[in-house]
Amino acid sequence: MENILEVKDVGKNFGGFTALSGVNLSIRKGERLGLIGPNGSGKTTLINCISGALQNDLGTIHFKGESIGRLPAHARTRRGIARSFQIPRPFHSMTVLENLMVPLAYVGGVSGEKAKVQARQLLEDIGLADKAEAASSSLSQVELRKMELARAMAARPQLLISDEAMAGLSGSEVDDVLDILIKLNKQGITIIMIEHIMHAVMRFSERLVCLDAGQIICDGDPQSVVGNPQVQRAYLGD
Amino acid sequence: MKFWIVSASAIVAAIALALSGANEYLFFAGFVVLQAVVLATGWNILGGYAGYVNFGVPGFVGVGAYTALAMHLLWSAPLLLQIIAGAVLAGLLGIGVGLLTLRLRGIFFSISTIAVVFILEAIVMNSRFLGGATGIQLTRPNEVLFFDSYTRMLFVMMAFMAVIALSIARYVQDSHIGQGLRAVRDSEEAADCSGVPTLKLKLIACAISGALLGVAGAPMPMYLSYVEPLSTFNLHYAVIALAMPIIGGTSHWLGPLIGALILGTLQQIVTVTVSSELNVLVVGVLLVVFVVAAPDGVIGLVKKWKTSSK
Repeated sequence: MENILEVKDVGKNFGGFTALSGVNLSIRKGERLGLIGPNGSGKTTLINCISGALQNDLGTIHFKGESIGRLPAHARTRRGIARSFQIPRPFHSMTVLENLMVPLAYVGGVSGEKAKVQARQLLEDIGLADKAEAASSSLSQVELRKMELARAMAARPQLLISDEAMAGLSGSEVDDVLDILIKLNKQGITIIMIEHIMHAVMRFSERLVCLDAGQIICDGDPQSVVGNPQVQRAYLGD
Repeated sequence: MKFWIVSASAIVAAIALALSGANEYLFFAGFVVLQAVVLATGWNILGGYAGYVNFGVPGFVGVGAYTALAMHLLWSAPLLLQIIAGAVLAGLLGIGVGLLTLRLRGIFFSISTIAVVFILEAIVMNSRFLGGATGIQLTRPNEVLFFDSYTRMLFVMMAFMAVIALSIARYVQDSHIGQGLRAVRDSEEAADCSGVPTLKLKLIACAISGALLGVAGAPMPMYLSYVEPLSTFNLHYAVIALAMPIIGGTSHWLGPLIGALILGTLQQIVTVTVSSELNVLVVGVLLVVFVVAAPDGVIGLVKKWKTSSK
């Protein structure tokens, strides 16, 4: 099976602080990957480097065989990498529908009525159709999370990165968002999910990667990663 | 279509007024109000649409004015050429300021734009060719096309510039660029990850905004027949260019127009009837009132009133 994403020896420093060092990660096309690790272990930094919000200092990142490490974020989005944000970042002066029309216009090149139809369809798929005309600033937490996923999907990605899309949600809402992600994966989209809610991670992931202090300490099938003594030490201490 | 009919009527009205026997002072004051429309509209393309608050307005006005002066001194260029050259150089300055947005956001961007004013002012102060600190007295050309006086001609010309500025702002707002700039203003990271080329859009906005601010400044030497750095690089321009869109509403191209007409006219009336010191107070009081009571300006008030009356 071909790899859609190849991360090789990636390192990132903030001043004297090493946020990532020697990170190697390959992701197969269509895979559901869970990314876990204690707070501050570099999960968000890693996906910022993949999505282009940050540029890696060392190493290379290849997407579909092309080196993307020096591309700005918008160019990576156009090549097929979309993401949601840990803290939702809606375009708050716009309606939900207008939020989706931004990537539709800038990635898909569709605007006007055609874009509205496509945006409505995306909202339908994600279960937010009744909020299409609502101001995005009026949404509840779970609605915001769904809108972020719908907006990411509007960029028609092949790789979707979900950065703690379930943080702060109730039990049934978590299942709701989880079902959406699994449905998207069934449509052929590769998904990286960062999450702290373990039952969601275990239900979702085909493969689990654990980061600690900027390095990957374990990579494999979810059960064995969770059972790994090094991973348990990273979370619980000695 | 409606926009073009209203614009054409406004220009015809301005020309008719300038050909009539109306009092000369009307054109002297009207020029300032129309200049305010150009200033506010230009500022709003960066400050309102993209959310990058530019305090460096006097720098752009100054580049416009001093480019026009240089064109006049070097080649005795006609007014239109002076304005075009002023717009081009101020637009280039805009791109330079736009590069600041690579690293600076929010208040840090705003503060750094103030530096632009002082740098340019210092350059002019030390340039003998541009008149230095004492300034330069100019003589206006004797012959004036069609009109009885140079001021009347400037008034009509500024009406043209105001219409051009408004149509550019309207075009930007309704186009892809406006949609992308709104996304940048709301969340630059999310915009970038939605495929919006944020830097390119910011540079476009800075260039257009800067060029229009330059246009507002370029006729100043001919209008006053005199240029000197202290009043040209006066921070007053920055205050009014920011106050007028806030009073009118920053989200729509009509906002700066409404704000400029209200504030510009009020300032002229207060200057004539009370005192020129008081007109600064008018800006301050109106700004405070609007920021507290109607943060989305007149446009916001109208929208609220429309939705509540439904």
